[in-house]
Amino acid sequence: MASGRLRGGFLFFFLPVALWLALLIVLPHLELLRLSFTDSLAGRFTVANYLAFFTEPIYWLTFVRTALYSLLVTFLVMTVALPVAFYVTKVVDVRLSGFLMVLLLVPFWVSELVRVYGWMILLRESGIVNQVLTGLGLLKEPVEFLYRDATMVMGLVYTSMLFMVVPLIGVMDDLDDALIEAAYDLGASKGAIWRTIVIPHCATGLVSGGIIVFMLVLGSYLTPNLMGGKNSLWFTEQIYNQIILYFNWNQGAAFGFLLLLLSSLIIWAVLKVTGQRLKEVVK
Amino acid sequence: MAIALSVQNLTKRFGSFTAVKGVSFDVDEGRFFSILGPSGCGKTTLLRMIAGFYRPDGGTILFNGRDMADIPPNRRPVNLVFQNLALFPMMNVYENVAFGLRRRGEKGAALDRKVREMLARVGLPQSGDKRIDQLSGGQRQRIAIARCLVLEPTVLLLDEPLGALDAKLREHMKIELKTLQAAVGTTFVYITHDQSEALVMSDAVAVMKDGRFEQVGTPQELYHHPNSAFVAQFVGTSNRLPVTFCWDGSGRPRARWGDIDLVLPEGFAAEEGSPWDLFVRPEAMIIDPDEGTDNVLSVTVRALLFDGGNSRLLVTVRDRPEELTVALPQTGQYDHVRRGDRIRVGWASAASRAFPGGEDRG
Amino acid sequence: MRRWVLFSLLLFTLAVPFRGTVAAAQEKGVLRVITWAGYAPQELLDRFTEETGYRVEVTFSNNEEMISKLRATRGGGFDLAQPSQDRISAVVSQFGLYQPIDFSRIDEDQIDASLLEAVKKNTRVDGQSYAVPHVYGTEGIVVNRAKAPDVKDFKDLLDPRYAGRVSYRLKRPTLIGMGFSLGKDPFALYNDKGAYQAFLDDMEKTLIAAKPLVKTYWDNGDQLLQLLRSGEVWAASAWEQAGWKLHAENPDIDYIAPASGALGWVDTFAIPSRSQNLEGAYAYINFMLRPENAAFFTNRETYGTASKGAIAFLDEEIKDNFNRGLPPEVLAQVNWYPPVPAGIEEMEGRTLDKIKAAR
Repeated sequence: MASGRLRGGFLFFFLPVALWLALLIVLPHLELLRLSFTDSLAGRFTVANYLAFFTEPIYWLTFVRTALYSLLVTFLVMTVALPVAFYVTKVVDVRLSGFLMVLLLVPFWVSELVRVYGWMILLRESGIVNQVLTGLGLLKEPVEFLYRDATMVMGLVYTSMLFMVVPLIGVMDDLDDALIEAAYDLGASKGAIWRTIVIPHCATGLVSGGIIVFMLVLGSYLTPNLMGGKNSLWFTEQIYNQIILYFNWNQGAAFGFLLLLLSSLIIWAVLKVTGQRLKEVVK
Repeated sequence: MAIALSVQNLTKRFGSFTAVKGVSFDVDEGRFFSILGPSGCGKTTLLRMIAGFYRPDGGTILFNGRDMADIPPNRRPVNLVFQNLALFPMMNVYENVAFGLRRRGEKGAALDRKVREMLARVGLPQSGDKRIDQLSGGQRQRIAIARCLVLEPTVLLLDEPLGALDAKLREHMKIELKTLQAAVGTTFVYITHDQSEALVMSDAVAVMKDGRFEQVGTPQELYHHPNSAFVAQFVGTSNRLPVTFCWDGSGRPRARWGDIDLVLPEGFAAEEGSPWDLFVRPEAMIIDPDEGTDNVLSVTVRALLFDGGNSRLLVTVRDRPEELTVALPQTGQYDHVRRGDRIRVGWASAASRAFPGGEDRG
Repeated sequence: MRRWVLFSLLLFTLAVPFRGTVAAAQEKGVLRVITWAGYAPQELLDRFTEETGYRVEVTFSNNEEMISKLRATRGGGFDLAQPSQDRISAVVSQFGLYQPIDFSRIDEDQIDASLLEAVKKNTRVDGQSYAVPHVYGTEGIVVNRAKAPDVKDFKDLLDPRYAGRVSYRLKRPTLIGMGFSLGKDPFALYNDKGAYQAFLDDMEKTLIAAKPLVKTYWDNGDQLLQLLRSGEVWAASAWEQAGWKLHAENPDIDYIAPASGALGWVDTFAIPSRSQNLEGAYAYINFMLRPENAAFFTNRETYGTASKGAIAFLDEEIKDNFNRGLPPEVLAQVNWYPPVPAGIEEMEGRTLDKIKAAR
């Protein structure tokens, strides 16, 4: 009887979740999967949509470029977020660290579009940075900072920072100060403490944050497009173009699944190489 | 004998609060030196200054005669065993012990030999591959010490490392630590609030209170010849009797405890009528004393506290509010004593110590 | 067994609110319009509601999204749409997104006859037409005459003299406009895929070679205005509205129709095949094309209108803009977009991707 009731209770809570997953996530994806294997004009079964990715260099080159930049951004985000998280959790006192957390969060209350426009106002040829630099005589002529890969990477680092800092602050809070002191006491330099104590301790946070940031950057559309300018073809733009501009849902769906598959593959490979296990990371 | 650690006039302030007030002491090489004091007395601050984590506001710290001012912790010939041990959970036991050596750039066979020797020395030769969370409390203790000793520091600092252990293991570890220290010959500076730990292990003990050293001496000196009421009370247990001083007709020093007259040690002198605290150790109180014992009281047994070799009686004297503790030797001689019995107890005046009273009632 | 009962119960409870919303939409009084930003000014909507009793729900969109959204719902979800005239016949024959217009319910007298005829012709599928013209516009060049006096045509945007000072969209109008400007007729090649591909390959080479000269491929109107206003860009492909807006701020900047002809578009009214308020849709079309309403819109948005009598109600400045930038002889040269055959945009898309990806 008791177990029956437990079962009922379980079903009561489980069913909405299962339905939600089935109706809003699984079913649309099944339809997309079907589309991706269908010819856009004749409606027959085909793998041509997938083959197109491999036979047309523009597609897979765009993906490779997107993936490499995403890895670079993830790595940069890590190197920026580690000291930030360390400063917030270990260096400043508790009251100030709460305030700093709020400061970190504030920019994410406005939309990505507004944040990117903010950067564009700063960096454009007639923008504030150029006015200041030419005003100070540091630059003779204004320089166009926008529409460069470096600017785009910076924008991506900025927009995805928080998703690394938050998990890192979580794990770094758990790091016993005594461990750092012990390492210092046993003769470790600052660099050695980071290498041997802080980073290994934060490994789970780095990997979970890294996965989030990587997926986020890989799937971002606005930032590469607006800040990268004329050279910034991003793989998501290919999907958007296929579905929205060329009405080729079949090709777009195939690209979508390839993106899912290949990015999962990359994450799996990185986890394998760094010896992390997904189950521990998720925990 | 060379002086391994010399501390002179060390002072540390936090804002308006002075945690350590001009402390000076020397520790000879190879000694086991303890700093004993209640929590908040400044002993941890003192230790952290020696380790290099705090910068002193005044005074000097010398290791083997070398001034440590401006030398960061990672360059001092001293290592610290943390209160919570602070073993590195991201490394196995072997790597924990090898950590300091690797930081010095040692590697290969020499490093391996040192680590294995040290693991063997602390009795854990097979544990190198274990994770930290696979070790028992006592084993962790030994690894934490091994991790420091392998670096052959001039001084090993220990910050109440036995605090987290259960009572039985703590007793065991006291002896083991003492034996280990004797075997390796490294100078230990040990801080604790547990007087038993300090007495059992140390060659010398400093009793610290409110940022100052009250007394420095061997455990025996502290126990038998405390030079302040605080030390008398903090080291070992003592009965404290609030008394007033007076001279008797024959010119001998006396103490009045309520309406009871007590004899004070020979040669004691003070101002007539001044308040004093008289300290008598439980084991100095003898049941059914010999005739001629100069202080004898008739008491009522209020409770019998059986604790094997450490058994005690709680007794009261007539209308006095103070409860006195009397040692109850388990020799069979006193097995007849029961609760409510009236018995006689006494002590030789030479076994008592008197300090100016009116303070430290607590 | 019990599980199934529970499951179907849950499905039922889920289904009830959905039925509720469907019923609400069917109630008289709501007209769901998907259109371009600015095409449905609140004042006109209020007047329309007052006159007819229909409440209008407006969704702002663009051609591509309009088609995608209607495709996702197979022609449902909206009662009236405003696609461009060249984007109708293909999606009608391919997906059946729109239903034929019943011209007996349209007040044809208030519509410019030539535009109406052109739209009827361009949206004809199996003898029936699917759209009514509403708004027209052109894409030409906005140029800062003080800085780049010699820019007269799309091909002048490739001139190395203006390196880093020109901008255009990386969209199909650029391919086509450049094509006309370089002496080709892309519209004539629409039905010969091979020839069109050759034309596209040609444009790919031209535009990749010109890539170092372009400041950036502008992507939205605000960005374009900002680029021209700040003087960072001297000449850009753009719509006349952008040029006139900037002309009001800085007389040096103005819209010019390229020598090879501006590209012309016509936005229309089309009724989705599963529209649930035909009555309201026709009323809305006739209302919007009434001269005073159309002029209200043109005065506000500065787009040309298909409403014949609207000119009488235009503001002076607006009239002046049309006289300066799009006088009748220029309008006669406009290359109006014909409907796009299936597959053409995919080919163009690939070309545009290659240009964007090129270093």
